[in-house]
Amino acid sequence: MTTNGTPLLETRGLTRRFDGYSAVADMNLKIERGSIHALIGPNGAGKTTMFNLITGVLPPSAGRIFVDGVEFSGSRPDRIARLGVVRTFQGVRLFSTMTALENVEVGRFCRTRGGFLAALARVPFVATRTEVATRKRAEELLERVGLSKQRDMLAGELALADQRRLEVARALAVEPKLLLLDEPVAGMNPVEVHEAGELFKALCREGTTILITEHHMSLVMAISSHITVMNYGRKIAEGSPEQIKRDPEVMTAYLGTEAAA
Amino acid sequence: MLDPYVESVLIFTGINIVLALSLYLPVSAGLLSLGQGGFMAIGAYTAAYLTTELQWPFVVALLGGGLMAGFVGLVVGLPSLRIKGIYLVIMTLGFGEIVRVFFLNFEPTGAASGLGGIPTYTTLPVVTVAVLLTLFLCFQIRGSRIGRAIEAVREDELAAEVIGINLTYVKVAVFGLGAAIAGVGGGLYAHYATFIDPAQFGFQRSAEIFIMVVLGGMGNFAGATLGAIVVTILPELLRLGDAQEWRMTMFGALLVAIMIVRPWGLLGTRR
Repeated sequence: MTTNGTPLLETRGLTRRFDGYSAVADMNLKIERGSIHALIGPNGAGKTTMFNLITGVLPPSAGRIFVDGVEFSGSRPDRIARLGVVRTFQGVRLFSTMTALENVEVGRFCRTRGGFLAALARVPFVATRTEVATRKRAEELLERVGLSKQRDMLAGELALADQRRLEVARALAVEPKLLLLDEPVAGMNPVEVHEAGELFKALCREGTTILITEHHMSLVMAISSHITVMNYGRKIAEGSPEQIKRDPEVMTAYLGTEAAA
Repeated sequence: MLDPYVESVLIFTGINIVLALSLYLPVSAGLLSLGQGGFMAIGAYTAAYLTTELQWPFVVALLGGGLMAGFVGLVVGLPSLRIKGIYLVIMTLGFGEIVRVFFLNFEPTGAASGLGGIPTYTTLPVVTVAVLLTLFLCFQIRGSRIGRAIEAVREDELAAEVIGINLTYVKVAVFGLGAAIAGVGGGLYAHYATFIDPAQFGFQRSAEIFIMVVLGGMGNFAGATLGAIVVTILPELLRLGDAQEWRMTMFGALLVAIMIVRPWGLLGTRR
């Protein structure tokens, strides 16, 4: 891997206004390759809006977004996914009438080929080579997140923690360079949180850069190498977990001015 | 020989299966259409014009009608990217009316007096082959990479988009393909009815196709097929009773009863 100093993802002056108020204002963010970068802040600070801007779900009102130094601000979500920027959702969004395995297989869509004509030309009841590879990869990913036993269950019938795991597996099927996790452990018990943390660290070691928003502070402090703190749509602090813990402005944002005073 | 009445019921059943499958395709991606009658009209008029006026071979004319309807379907499908749910239903309903009024005023195909003298090319074997090919098409798409993407788009558009599925491609393609199949169904119909006029392809026709798919179970092509069979054959079976004048009332009552007992359709899956 060549480290030429270009961050994997960079936003410059990213801004999103809704009816005069700015959900995200002038955000400059740099995410280095191979890191786990946490984006934290109180509810309503603009973290999810940042995710929506980065993944193309919302167009920015102003500012620019670069992946590997190439600008793609205002691009369509599926194009951004193809570039290797893939997200999960705060309120889990799975294809609930499809099985766990099928959910992950859909994730292979943009890394495989074959449209309507290919579908018509195949031999009925015989899986094509692409289909065999897709299935194999999906099975590996289910194994990876610990869902092998639930492969044929409908996604909508899985327990919440398993749904979150499945969403991560589906995102991984797209082969992301940058994986965005929006509160991936919300609603999980301490054991599950620990397992999820280990999974994220392992993914990072294998070369997937991660941007995570999370309210679970001990997890954030344990796994991330950089932290950016947002409040009222703006960046109020940035640094290593140790620096963030000592930052007075972060304390104020989280605990209120009276507590800080 | 088959009784002519039974044969005609079977042919209409076959044509209706093709039409129901033409709606199943967009519905499988979450796109509801009340305008399939319009696409059917385009296919019917195109194919009939090609065989009667230009003496084209029947199969080529059928495909010509399908292509024409499919092309219009692609254009009509584009707004479906922004218009969702009930609003799309209203848009397609409006489209169906536009097509009907167009043919009502279009002189080359007879305008209000209709187009007659169409040869009876649609026979039971022809319809059977058409039904089998359409079922094969749906089956092949369903179990493929693109079929999974279509299902994903129906389940959650946003989630599908952020994992790299091009919504424009999937939605416009299934809408256009469905329109093309409705066009072929229209061509088959024209060459059995031998006379067509715009009134045959109005709102009532679109609604009938819609009922078949909802009754059979959405998101399931076996359901659409069964729905078409029930909607065609049930009114005929009701002829067997004494109270002929109450036949369609009975039919309506049975539809209501089925939807109360199985709101997810005859072969649909409960959600």
